[in-house]
Amino acid sequence: MNLFDVIHVQHQFGTIPVLQDIEFQIKVGETFGIIGPNGSGKSTLIRTMSGLLKPSGGKILLNGKSIRSYRKRELAKIIAVLEQEGIPPLSFTVEEVVAMGRYPWLKPLSDLSLKDEQIVQTALEKLGLWNLRTKPVNNLSGGQRQMVSLARAMVQQPRVLILDEPTTFLDIGHQMLVMEHVREWHQSEGITVIMVLHDLNLASQYCNRLLLLDNGHIKSCGEVHDVLQPATISSIYKTEIIMINHPVHQVPQFLLTSK
Amino acid sequence: MEEIIRTKQIIWTGALFALLLMSLVLSVMIGSVHLPFTLTLKILLNHLPLFDLTPTWTLAQDAIVWNLRLPRVFLALVIGAMLSSTGVAFQGMLRNPLADPYILGVSVGAAFGAATSILFFRNSSLLGYLTTPLFSFSGALLSLWFVMALAKHHGQRDRETLILAGVVVQSLIGAFLSFLIAISGQQMQEIVFWMMGSLANHSWQDVGMLIPYLALGFFYLSLQKRDLNLISLGESAATHLGMNVEKKKIWVLVVGSLLTGAAVSVVGIIGFVGLIVPHLMRLLVGPDHRILLPISTLAGAIFLLWADTLARSIIPSREIPIGVITAFIGAPFFAYLLKKGLRRGHV
Repeated sequence: MNLFDVIHVQHQFGTIPVLQDIEFQIKVGETFGIIGPNGSGKSTLIRTMSGLLKPSGGKILLNGKSIRSYRKRELAKIIAVLEQEGIPPLSFTVEEVVAMGRYPWLKPLSDLSLKDEQIVQTALEKLGLWNLRTKPVNNLSGGQRQMVSLARAMVQQPRVLILDEPTTFLDIGHQMLVMEHVREWHQSEGITVIMVLHDLNLASQYCNRLLLLDNGHIKSCGEVHDVLQPATISSIYKTEIIMINHPVHQVPQFLLTSK
Repeated sequence: MEEIIRTKQIIWTGALFALLLMSLVLSVMIGSVHLPFTLTLKILLNHLPLFDLTPTWTLAQDAIVWNLRLPRVFLALVIGAMLSSTGVAFQGMLRNPLADPYILGVSVGAAFGAATSILFFRNSSLLGYLTTPLFSFSGALLSLWFVMALAKHHGQRDRETLILAGVVVQSLIGAFLSFLIAISGQQMQEIVFWMMGSLANHSWQDVGMLIPYLALGFFYLSLQKRDLNLISLGESAATHLGMNVEKKKIWVLVVGSLLTGAAVSVVGIIGFVGLIVPHLMRLLVGPDHRILLPISTLAGAIFLLWADTLARSIIPSREIPIGVITAFIGAPFFAYLLKKGLRRGHV
């Protein structure tokens, strides 16, 4: 059985269609990338898949059951989401924000158990946040805040991790740090990762299957090599590009060419 | 981590509770007839079940303490607690540190409801005692709904829009209220009183009527402390963590309106308490609602008690409306918050 069945999904804001006739499947354990130019509908698609947005048409099945039929708390035990905006500038400490990830697992009105605190501590250590744990998150850099988001998602102990452009505001060091931690988590726990990415080179290195959106339609969906065709990419992004093979990883990479 | 929070909770609650008891005795001493500290304490203790002291005081002094000053002190404590806990709830749920029942026009809505019931349903025996609070609550709810609907723009509300919507609703309902006052004739004075707010001339009965509202409201809000923390991450982040944001928001706002409505129905409009107190407490104890909510509730009680003591004692044998005192403190405070917010880009 598929983890996600996206069936004939369409969505419109007012009269403007944003998604049209979207249909694909995701299997358990995949790292699935969603790419496409600005305004192609990536974020809207991911919002329908995380249960935040009800699409105007079609349906989305999670484990064979409509995602709209899950209770919020049940859904939060299965799916964790890393949002593009990250964590707002709060004066809660790193530890407190990460602990909020335990919310779906707590019985109503009960405090964190010793086991919950253990889980929080493990995540803080794993992501190198242990020394920052008593710092308010509004004192952290953007990169550190994204690590806090990731730690919060980890303590949520989901089976699926959805990331909406997780590297957009980060320098290359933090970009790689986030992606490496996600990969390690994927490999050690076998979670399914679904990510919207702007950076085609990262997408090509970290995903095993890609969905290319263009103007609300699926342009192509499949293996990285099949989707990242230079002619297609060039025409969709309306940009001159050169495709080369990554000398180490043997995956397609793109170079931009100025005019 | 949970251990630290519990310790912090106990220390702060204990400290503020002690401060509250001390304020209670001190404010009972103050007034046109000054009573010495030990005498006041003895009279107060004598009314507690476990104490039986030989009276060294006159019956008049006992009456001043027990029948005149103490009900008023308790009224101030209860109202302060109600307004301040509502402030915490509104600010938390709407993620807006400027959200206060007065600024959002909820108080004036409640006053409008109360005025309507005084004018038109004075002698309706259907709901009896509950008529005015019920109208007050409906008015509060209606104006809050109006503000929320007005501020909602493409599914999201930004902070300034919410405040502006509050201004709009406040002016509109304020105009209706003034209209009611203009046509009211006889009851004019009584309605003017709602607009200015005063704790004078109330009995133990009014205090007794308010306590269930405070108890229920505070109890409900106490159950939402974790959710109030979670929502600070943003509405979609809270949803992704399994919180039913829309449902929770409606309930918390309804309970806040109920608290405001009940408070306004007895003492009229007293502004800014829900703005000043939670903000100061946030600076002291941090953003965690598990501590912030109980602490702000206690601090709100203390704050309003002193504001009222000031209102009744600053000019001898004259009484200043308490709303005037809170506005004197609150409006500059609001200006400061606004300025700080504009400079930083967020409040």
